Amino acid sequence: MAVADSDRSLELQQSGAPARERLARIWEGEAGLRGWLSTVDHKEYGKRYIATAFIFLILGGLEALVMRVQLAGPNKTLLTPEQYNQLFSMHGLTMIFLYAQPVLSGFSVYLFPLLLGARDMAFPRLNAFSYWIYLFSGLFIYAGFVLGYGPNDGWFNYPPYASMRYNPGPNMDFYAIGMILFGVSSTAGAANFVVTFLRARAPGMSINRVPILTWGTVTASFGILFSVPAVSLAFFLLWTDRQFGTDFFNSGQGQPLLWQHLFWIFAHPWVYVVVLPAMGIVSDALPIFCRRPLVGYTVVVLATVATMVMGFGVWLHHMFATGIPYLALSFFSAASFVITIPSAVAVFAWIATIWTGRPVLSTAFLFFAGFIVMFTLGGVSGVMTAAAPADQQLTDTYFVVAHIHYVLIGINVLAVMGGLYVWFPKMTGRLLDERLGRWNFWTVFLGFNIAFLPMHWTGLAGMPRRIYTYPEGLGWTAVNVVTTIGAFILAAGVLLLLVNMYVSRRHGAAAGPDPWGGPTLEWATTSPPPTYNFAVIPAVASRHPLWEGSLDESGERSSLQRGMILDDGKEMLTTTALDAEPDAIQKMPPDTLAPLLAALAATALGAAALLHAWIGATIFTLLLFAALLVWLWPQRAMGQISEQAHV
Amino acid sequence: MSDEALRRLPVGSVGHKPFGWWGMLTVVMTEGSLFAYLLFTYYYFVVQYGRIWIPEAPSLRLAGPNTVILLLSSAFVWWAEKSAARGKTKAQSLGLAIALLLGVVFLAIQVLEWRDKPFTLGSGSYGSAYFITTGFHMAHVVVGALMLAAVLLWSLLGYFDRERHAALSIAALYWHFVDLIWLTIFFTFYVTPYIG
Ligand code: HEM
Ligand SMILES: [Cu+2]
Repeated sequence: MAVADSDRSLELQQSGAPARERLARIWEGEAGLRGWLSTVDHKEYGKRYIATAFIFLILGGLEALVMRVQLAGPNKTLLTPEQYNQLFSMHGLTMIFLYAQPVLSGFSVYLFPLLLGARDMAFPRLNAFSYWIYLFSGLFIYAGFVLGYGPNDGWFNYPPYASMRYNPGPNMDFYAIGMILFGVSSTAGAANFVVTFLRARAPGMSINRVPILTWGTVTASFGILFSVPAVSLAFFLLWTDRQFGTDFFNSGQGQPLLWQHLFWIFAHPWVYVVVLPAMGIVSDALPIFCRRPLVGYTVVVLATVATMVMGFGVWLHHMFATGIPYLALSFFSAASFVITIPSAVAVFAWIATIWTGRPVLSTAFLFFAGFIVMFTLGGVSGVMTAAAPADQQLTDTYFVVAHIHYVLIGINVLAVMGGLYVWFPKMTGRLLDERLGRWNFWTVFLGFNIAFLPMHWTGLAGMPRRIYTYPEGLGWTAVNVVTTIGAFILAAGVLLLLVNMYVSRRHGAAAGPDPWGGPTLEWATTSPPPTYNFAVIPAVASRHPLWEGSLDESGERSSLQRGMILDDGKEMLTTTALDAEPDAIQKMPPDTLAPLLAALAATALGAAALLHAWIGATIFTLLLFAALLVWLWPQRAMGQISEQAHV
Repeated sequence: MSDEALRRLPVGSVGHKPFGWWGMLTVVMTEGSLFAYLLFTYYYFVVQYGRIWIPEAPSLRLAGPNTVILLLSSAFVWWAEKSAARGKTKAQSLGLAIALLLGVVFLAIQVLEWRDKPFTLGSGSYGSAYFITTGFHMAHVVVGALMLAAVLLWSLLGYFDRERHAALSIAALYWHFVDLIWLTIFFTFYVTPYIG
């Protein structure tokens, strides 16, 4: 039978046991190692992203603890200056690149199709590819670190210090090439989110009915598509400056400041990339525990998009101290004030949701409430640094370090932890322990504030960031001791979460499909969901398909048990971008090793370039193209080939 | 959904409906940004150093005709896609083959142009900007040519008909994009030194 010989009608059927069995046979992959390596199931990669990101969080955390021991008193000699440089650089880049964004990708990769009522991401193989190359890029940078060549110029890596003349080892080259690989990963992931969001929503899920988490992720993804090229390019040019004598950032005929522009044009939007999806987690999950819909859905969506757009116009506030013209200073200072408005809007929406709801004080709720508090504090210290005159005083002091951590731990880590309490049951079928959860929350929350609140003072007292030690008698000792104690308490809090996950995965209470009484589609399927996610493609009639009964919204009801079954092979429905009307039936690819092989070839190409092994580089380029050719070869089974072709 | 049930949905990669077409749009977005940042680098240097930064009035002797060649190749790709939609498989393969050939000619002329330049990659930031920017573009032309080659092969194997030729449309989109980018590079490096 020709797979795709004719159009198909939109036949609606009841989901039932025979259909489920058929779908399971179609969608389930091989068992064993090969199956593990070749699967393209988004749920697998979502979990892998989260697990890998947590491993990097732990590594970055250990690096931080070593630094904190070194700084616990004046004139300590645990670390040499070079070791300290490598540690804060590795810590910063690990947290920002290898933890903060991938962990959110993990949530989104896992949840996207479930929230949207789809069977997988638009590009399941690309999804696998972006995971693998993320993993390899992290290993690549860490390989340099293990060999003693970790980046040592901070995560933002300014030339001329990063140029060959002042930094002759291969440290910077590991970082540069690793970051280019990482850029490929985040870009591939972003493209996948954008297309899935636009084209793979359940029928009826028009653009104003989409869960906020997907809005946050898709907005961040557009941010990635537009901003990541700046940093990949910057790192590439830095590498050619170092290795092939180009002259972009050298202080001769080049421009060291050009690096700062390219870097911050990327890195300021990146700040939103690592928080917008986290804000989405809160916007979607907090209402579950307030037993009411989010207040101001439309405003929050607009605020999300506005933040990202404006995020491209404020990069210069990282360069206030570089002697840029006065006019630019004023403009970017003003713009940085304005950008706080949409964030404030979101904060008020959450507060109003709690205020007018009936809050259930679960662990997840505590994390989200903590998130709101930290967000506000981080916002205040942010506004302070956005004021150019204040920043002249605060820049490069511990005040900035305090600010970064309030923003990143507050908005990212707390949201992620809360999100785990909410969706871990979906992923594993087991609830996390609530008692341990409370201990977990309070240890993290208190440890964090003990560590970082005093740091504002450390900065105001003049302690510069990135110094490996300090002399006695400057009044910095006591605060540093407190910070170090807080850091260890915070670390213990993270450990409690890991223990909770480890224990609950086996012994937690069974979750059932919908342990929290959630409103969105992921709660309509079993925990963990079957490989095909939904037995019938749900048809959505409101923003809260599962709350339609209790919210008493008049009008049409969503249909979750009756819909299209699509069981003629691996199939997915595409819908139109705005109204989500059914548009076509897509054939989805089977499991394959091609993405893994392509990621391996790309990484090997990076390694060969690092070593100037040009023959190797050529071979790996050819292998990469071969893997892509196999990957993209049109398939009859996927309806990509003319029905008349004799193949 | 009652009237919906009367509608029929196409199955598989038909027209511009497949995910891949939309995926290529995101590629265009992100690669377009990449070149925007490359050109930003050029203009940044010009602003910092003024006109004297540009070592020679760039000659249009090769670059001018080469631009026409690249645009012509786009036209042939466009013709190939149109032919595919009309089910004219011969014209479709022919259009792709000519476009591929023109792409290769463009690359060859670019190499000549490179050899003509009085400066090198390492002789100052103008040379760096020139060779890196045009080099990035050439790399994209190479990738585009490989895509055209693959699509030509599939076309000769009879894989495409008037409905199912998504791979061809996607490669065509990329090729047009690469040509458009060349126009911005051409304008920046070859035209702006003569104006203002
Ligand atoms: C256990 C928790 C953590 C502790 C104790 C900690 C501690 C530190 C310390 C001591 C520094 C170096 C200060 C300096 O010498 O300038 C630092 C820098 C930094 N941290 Fe953390 N940190 C923690 C978690 C995080 C997290 C979760 C993130 C991001 C998601 C993060 C992002 C950064 C960044 C971006 C820098 C700046 C690095 C640079 O100067 O290049 N940290 N942190
Ligand atoms: Cu910023």
